[in-house]
Amino acid sequence: MTFTRRESLAIGGAALAVAALPAKLMASTADLIAGVTGGAAASSDGIDLTAPEIAENGNTVPVAVSAPGAVAITLLAGGNPTPGVAKFNFGAGSAEQSASTRIRLAGTQDVIAIAEMADGSFAAASQTVKVTIGGCGG
Amino acid sequence: MAKGVKPRVKVPKKADAGEAITIKTLISHKMESGQRKDSDGNRIPRSIINRFTCAFNGTSIIDVTLEPAISTNPYFQFEAVVPEAGEFHFTWYDDDGSVYETKKAVKVA
Repeated sequence: MTFTRRESLAIGGAALAVAALPAKLMASTADLIAGVTGGAAASSDGIDLTAPEIAENGNTVPVAVSAPGAVAITLLAGGNPTPGVAKFNFGAGSAEQSASTRIRLAGTQDVIAIAEMADGSFAAASQTVKVTIGGCGG
Repeated sequence: MAKGVKPRVKVPKKADAGEAITIKTLISHKMESGQRKDSDGNRIPRSIINRFTCAFNGTSIIDVTLEPAISTNPYFQFEAVVPEAGEFHFTWYDDDGSVYETKKAVKVA
């Protein structure tokens, strides 16, 4: 099987576009975290995000997050039409700063949790969830 | 007011003073995201619960801001400390201005 010059250029271009995709997604994850922290660096310690590796139904994906000592935890899903998911503000009566809920995911993407600690520092965690059927309608 | 909204809350009836207890809440609500279209291709307007709060004897435990990415029938599980006997007060705020409330009393053994 031989390719003409025009065909091989087209294939090469397509391969480049595919290779560039993950880098673009990574950047947006960092951008989303920076958007919440206001540009401050976020450590990866002190926050725990639990989400399934594979979610069959994007309409209800169980997600649990815990960050001892946090005053607020923000959940984001970068691949959704709107990235915001929820923000938990913990009051004086909360025992341990943890919460779990069920969220919608439009497709395979990273779920991000960012905790704002009592001393003003930030911690972030993310996990990739593979979604079989997206949950945002069409 | 959205139809058929029913809050359900699971709280232990008794607790030791200072004990951390797990609270589970669920409210039936369609949580229309504003992204879906009906059979004619018209966008269905957003209609969600945008805020949920829980307080114990006036002390805030959790205050959640909800976005359309929260699933139908929003479910929350979290932990609270029970310093003395009293009442948990749960409140959900709908986009259309409705407020759904429920209360649960806890005894201290």
